[in-house]
Amino acid sequence: MSDTHAQTVRYVRDSMIQPSEPPNAQTGAVKWMRENLFSDWVNGLMTVIAIYIIYSVLAAIAPWFYHSVWNAGSLNECREVIAINSPNAMHGGGCFAVISDRWLQLLFGFYRADLHWRPILAFVLLFVALGPILFPNRFPRPLMWLAAAYPFLVVWLLWGGSFWVPILAALGFVIGGIVGYFGNKVGGLGVAVAAAVVSAVVWWVYLMPVVNDGLHATVAEARLETIAEQTEADLIAIPEAQEAIETRMAELNARVAELDAQLEEIVAVEETDAVKAEFNAIMDELETVRAELRILSRDAYYYSQKSTDAKTIASNLEMLPEWKAAAAEGDEIAQRNLSDAYGRLGLVGLEPVTSREFGGFMLAIIIGVAGIGLSLPLGVLLALGRQSDLLVVKVACIVFIEVIRGVPLIVWLFTASLLLNYFLPPGTNFDLVLRVVIMVTLFSAAYIAEVVRGGLAALPKGQYEAADALGLDYWKSMRLIVLPQALKISIPGIVNTFIGLFKDTTLVGIIGLLDPINLSNSIRASSDWNGVYWELFIFIGLVFFVCCFSMGRYSLWLEKQLQRGHR
Amino acid sequence: MTTQSDPPKRNGFRLSQLIYDTRYRSITLQVIALLLIGGGLFWLYSNTVTNLAAQGKDFRLDFLWKRAGYDINQQLIPYTSNDTHIRAAAVGMFNTLLVALLGCVFATILGIVFGVLRLSKNFMASRLAAVYVEGFRNVPLLLWIVAIFAIVTEATHQPRDFKTGDASMLFNESVAITNRGTFIPSPIFGAGWELLAIVAVLAIGAAIWLRKWSIKRQAATGESPMPIWLGIVLVIAAILLVYSLQAGLMFALLSIIKVAIIVAIAVIGYRVAKTFVPNVLAALIAAALIILWQYFIAGPFWGMFGFQPAFDPSVTFDYPELGGFNFSGGLQIRNSLIALLLALSLYTGAFIAEIVRAGILSVSKGQSEAAFALGLRANRTMSLVILPQAMRVIIPPLISQFLNLTKNSSLAIAIGYMDIRSTLGGITVNQTGRELEGILLTGMFYLILSLLISAGMNWFNNSVKLKER
Repeated sequence: MSDTHAQTVRYVRDSMIQPSEPPNAQTGAVKWMRENLFSDWVNGLMTVIAIYIIYSVLAAIAPWFYHSVWNAGSLNECREVIAINSPNAMHGGGCFAVISDRWLQLLFGFYRADLHWRPILAFVLLFVALGPILFPNRFPRPLMWLAAAYPFLVVWLLWGGSFWVPILAALGFVIGGIVGYFGNKVGGLGVAVAAAVVSAVVWWVYLMPVVNDGLHATVAEARLETIAEQTEADLIAIPEAQEAIETRMAELNARVAELDAQLEEIVAVEETDAVKAEFNAIMDELETVRAELRILSRDAYYYSQKSTDAKTIASNLEMLPEWKAAAAEGDEIAQRNLSDAYGRLGLVGLEPVTSREFGGFMLAIIIGVAGIGLSLPLGVLLALGRQSDLLVVKVACIVFIEVIRGVPLIVWLFTASLLLNYFLPPGTNFDLVLRVVIMVTLFSAAYIAEVVRGGLAALPKGQYEAADALGLDYWKSMRLIVLPQALKISIPGIVNTFIGLFKDTTLVGIIGLLDPINLSNSIRASSDWNGVYWELFIFIGLVFFVCCFSMGRYSLWLEKQLQRGHR
Repeated sequence: MTTQSDPPKRNGFRLSQLIYDTRYRSITLQVIALLLIGGGLFWLYSNTVTNLAAQGKDFRLDFLWKRAGYDINQQLIPYTSNDTHIRAAAVGMFNTLLVALLGCVFATILGIVFGVLRLSKNFMASRLAAVYVEGFRNVPLLLWIVAIFAIVTEATHQPRDFKTGDASMLFNESVAITNRGTFIPSPIFGAGWELLAIVAVLAIGAAIWLRKWSIKRQAATGESPMPIWLGIVLVIAAILLVYSLQAGLMFALLSIIKVAIIVAIAVIGYRVAKTFVPNVLAALIAAALIILWQYFIAGPFWGMFGFQPAFDPSVTFDYPELGGFNFSGGLQIRNSLIALLLALSLYTGAFIAEIVRAGILSVSKGQSEAAFALGLRANRTMSLVILPQAMRVIIPPLISQFLNLTKNSSLAIAIGYMDIRSTLGGITVNQTGRELEGILLTGMFYLILSLLISAGMNWFNNSVKLKER
């Protein structure tokens, strides 16, 4: 081509010019800024205002963060450190020492420190169990069984008890499953479901306690002598250990007082670099002493628990023959005492922990995860019920959903803590955490039902009709055709409900459980940290933000994954 | 052959049909369900009766008419500790309604502003809006309430700082923000305020009628309707006119002259400047002229006449004044209300922003392109083409956000705001020991309120939704 060009006319050029660089204003950062920040004067004004807002926020907060203190024993010490090290700090600095002092408490509440591995393990296992559910394509299918076993395992890990209790509880489902399987062969689906539920409930309510008590009694009887010896040894060893800890703590506390006095002197003296160096050296020593004190006080708590346990066991051992005799004669109190004592003596497994010791983010995660896991199936059932042709079922579901949704969660939580005792048979009294989990589950199930109902309504009617035309019965058409599509549509709403549920776990603080916010109040109530607000709020808020934000991102990812390209 | 196609003879009803015949099975199932539900409810009821009897209690509401004996720090209706529990509950109810209503308004404004900002082409603005939305959505509301309460109580000045000069009042010595609450001027209604109220109502009615009439005229003739801002200006002008006339004839005349001079300066300045410089600059020059007149010339100019007209208006204001240790006079807005209101509206506003964003995104791009092709400007495109279509998507979730806000206002208990949950469901329950009745009534109140709000909003939704033929 070029030579034809060259020979046609002289004034037509035969080679292309090199394309020149775009003008400076049309490339790189300048172009980007022209397009995104200053495209017209409204835009420019907005940019200026935005920069001003960012500047004023940063100007207020950044110095505070910059001068923050991470090692100190109390708020006053924090202030002294800031006064010595950065006397020019206008608004003072953050006292994040409260976090380094109390972060374990914020995470675990009053769960005993030597048992922290249990919630941690449960948390790690949560992800192992969730993996196959959250990322179904990337994990082998058999891992689903781990997910099924997880609830039993985790209840055992957190609350402790004998190792056979979770197995016995799971056995209820196995029994129900077997009965249902044969029931289905004999009498059809309805009969199978009814038989399975009845048999499982009979197992849990009537047979399982008997088996459990029997196992405990057998083990206890077999180990009676070893336990007696062990307890005797404990009752001697524990006070010795306690005494050693107390003396060491007294030493350290004396040292702390000494160092504190030195600090006071230094603060009073005029500031020089030498004084500053001395001050920081004392602070460092204080930090190491305090670290040891922290461990010692944990040990002291451990031994005090141990000693109460040992004393209880000793008294149980002493009373055992008497209770046995009385129980044989039919004395109900003695029978209860006896089964309690056997439960303690025949325990093979993890040390029991009561719900009162639960707290912090551990409690939030327990309530959140349990609520999420239980409310999804319940919510789907409620949504199906609301769409049902059976009038009674439909009306019942509508009333349930609307009543639950119409009343704030706080009122429901108060109902759980104050009124549930009225509604249940006299003498029933079960764990507050369990009650809260039930209430939270019912609450978010109603919301999920509404979300899923939206998904069911959004599905074209042809899908329902096609499923009917294939001859699928109701449950099969729901399971194979309708729900997979409807749930896919409702994923964003479901995850939003879950995020809401997780955030709402903070409300349990209002009925006296130790959620992170309530714990922050109790930390502030201690004389060391009286007046610490922002540091605690920032820490708690940050942890919640990370959890909720990642849940939201996961839902976006899942939406993309499930997108089948027809839109 | 015809005999074969006859339907099989009905042998009457067999019992097994109750399970195997789909026509009857549904009835069987419903009867079973009814029995189970009824049995469950009866079980709960009988348990409650037994438990109440065991504790020596009964289910009665007469405690509501007994003396309450506790104080409530914010009252919209008169109340003393000698009043009854039911009056205390009503005070709490009004407090709940107040915070819910104001919260809904503020949350909607915040939500619309940040929802639109998040879609803005401006990088900084959209990122700031994203930070706001994600920050508030992903942190528990209770934490925000407690944190904002801490901010308004810990980071504001004490009343005595106003004496020493460490802090000063805002807006011409009329508003004081302290750690005991914000003090604002309160209106005092003197003789003749009724006339003002009547004029206000009439003016608003007239403005609405004018707007509707002008829209009708637009449909008929194509003339563009009266803008909303003009209606607002008319209403304000009517009210101000009557207010100053009431205050004194001379004062009114003088005020009219003053306003007329300002308007004249603005118009003449703008017209003259427009011939030399672009419109925007001309407007700025006119604004500068007004400021120049008002702040530097007007005072000495009117002073020359040395004439002070009588001023005796029907509605005056009571300004807060610093007493010994606290402000007195004016209206005290407590920090608990401010914190709760701020937290609720910021939190719900973040959710509404997402709803608004999703609604605007749901309008297909072709709509805005078509509007641009017709020559509509960006703001007209937004208000005439996109928003009306987006509203259909926005309103239903907006309703549920309003419901959420109303229910979330019960978190007031964390910072001591006396809403119905703190009065009827809190102190009353603690004092009378009637937890069953108290909490049941509180729950009923929220349930009825929720149903009313959703009924009202559904009615509104039906009236604005796309009419399909």
